[in-house]
Parts: sequence; structure tokens; C-alpha cells
Amino acid sequence: MSNPMNDLDARIEFMRKNMADMMKVTPWANEMGFQVTRIEKGHVWGVQPFHEHLVGDPETRVIHGGVITTLLDNLCGAACGATLKEFRFVATLDLRIDYMRPAESGRDILAEAECYHVTKSVAFCRAWAYHESREKVIATAQGAFAINKPRTTYKKGDQM
Amino acid sequence: MSEILSRGDQLEGFLAQVPIVQTLGMRCDIKGDDMVGVLPFQNKLIGNFTIKALHGGAIGTFLEMTAMAQLFLVADVERPPRTINITVDYLRQGHAQDLYARATVVKLGRRMASVRAEAWQSQRDKPVAALLGHFLLAESGSAREES
Repeated sequence: MSNPMNDLDARIEFMRKNMADMMKVTPWANEMGFQVTRIEKGHVWGVQPFHEHLVGDPETRVIHGGVITTLLDNLCGAACGATLKEFRFVATLDLRIDYMRPAESGRDILAEAECYHVTKSVAFCRAWAYHESREKVIATAQGAFAINKPRTTYKKGDQM
Repeated sequence: MSEILSRGDQLEGFLAQVPIVQTLGMRCDIKGDDMVGVLPFQNKLIGNFTIKALHGGAIGTFLEMTAMAQLFLVADVERPPRTINITVDYLRQGHAQDLYARATVVKLGRRMASVRAEAWQSQRDKPVAALLGHFLLAESGSAREES
């Protein structure tokens, strides 16, 4: 019997249905409080609301860069889940973040990630964080993700 | 009575005011111009419950903060450095244990600095992740131009 999660369209549909809870099962993502807002094949969108406990500079009250690292890392992982033909767990190999301009204090950060190339063992992603649109980015990211060998059992809390 | 704070005291005073440092629960063990970042394990740092692994974002945030703190220790700046870019190399799974990190300022220029940091757990020679970052130094005192 084949696993329905190995059908990409069905998996994307499943991810869309569980979008609101996707990050809640990941404790550190839950601590950041961001959400996935849209999923298409190979591409996901999300939002990181402004929270005081994420501030990295007490003077400017701007969110710490590490929060953007977490957001873009997670969205890239989700983009892999919306790309790979068969269901596989991915692990971040490396992630580069370039900060183009500071985020503004008190504002939500929007972000998107795309998985643009896949080989047998590696998925390549890029991602953007901004307040309004990709024309005026706060940060861009580029990462490589190792595609793990298939596991036979899945548990609640597994990441996709 | 005037009291001159050491660079380490200034750093500790600054870190105590940074919300994300409190959210992570990290601290810096400062020894003169050297320090080790310590991230005590907490459940909220987990990224994957099934394998009880630390979240890559938590590791990255901790490494970036450690690099910034080390840079603040050795550079003559009043404001925290601003990150230009970082590359995090995820080398091993971070287990549900305390994480440590040490950073080295490889190049300290007048306006920019290049910093490397490495995080480990039970074995120093088995790093969990490594960071390479470039930082913009905030303008400081007027003596800066002459140096």
C-alpha cells in the first residue's frame, strides 16, 4: 500500500489544511509565534508578528536577526515539503542570511521561501523577508538542505 | 565617586536588557576579553520533538548573539554591532543538552568586522554548528578616526 504523503498534490493539500498548526508542533517556532500563510508547489509564505520578547536591540526595539534566521529556515524546510515528490525529512546543511535593511520596530515581518532545485540528496532554497514586498527586502537567505533517507514511521510532531 | 565599568561589565549590562537573550535563556561567561556563550537546555529550544533536536534557528540566534557579544568585548564601540550577513554551517544534530559557543574576531576593521563562532555540546572537538559573520561597527568616540 502506498503512503498518501508520497503524493505531492495530496501532501500540499494536507499541509494547507494544517497550516495554522504546522509551527505549533515546533517549540522554538511556537516561541517565535510565526505562521505559514500560503502554500503552493515549491513555494511557501509566512508571517512573523512583532513581539517584545524577540527584540534584539533595546534602544531601537527592532526584532533580532536570529528570529529571521528561524523564520526563513523553517519556511525553507516547508518549501522542501511542498516540492519533493516523495515525503522526506530535510535537515539544514547551511543557511546564509544577508541583511539588506533593518526591520522596523512594531511591524509584522512577511516572508516567503522557494525550493528551486532538488537533487537526489540535496534541496536548494532561497527566501526573502520584508514588510511590504520583495522589492524592498529586509533580508534574503540561501540554504542547502540534506534530504534524509525515508523513515517507515511517522509520529505526531514530525516536521514536514 | 566615579566608577569605570570594565568592558565585560558593560557587555553584561547590555545583555541583561536584550529581550531575545532572555527569551533564549543564554548567558555569557566573560573572562577579560574572552568569553564563552552558554545556552542551557530548555524544551522551548527544540525544533523536532521526534528526534529531540535543537531548532536550527535557536542555534543560529545563539551563535549570532555570541559573535556580537565577543565583538562588543574587543571593539571600541558604544552601540551593539549590526549584522551584515551570517552563514551558519549545521554540522551535527543539536541534542537536548546545554550548548556552548566561542567566537573569534578574525578581522577587526574600522567599520566592519569578520567573526567566526563555533557551538558544541559534550565534546569540544565535535562542533554542532559554525558561523561566519560580517558586522558593521557603530560609530563610537571621536578618537576613532585617528586609530
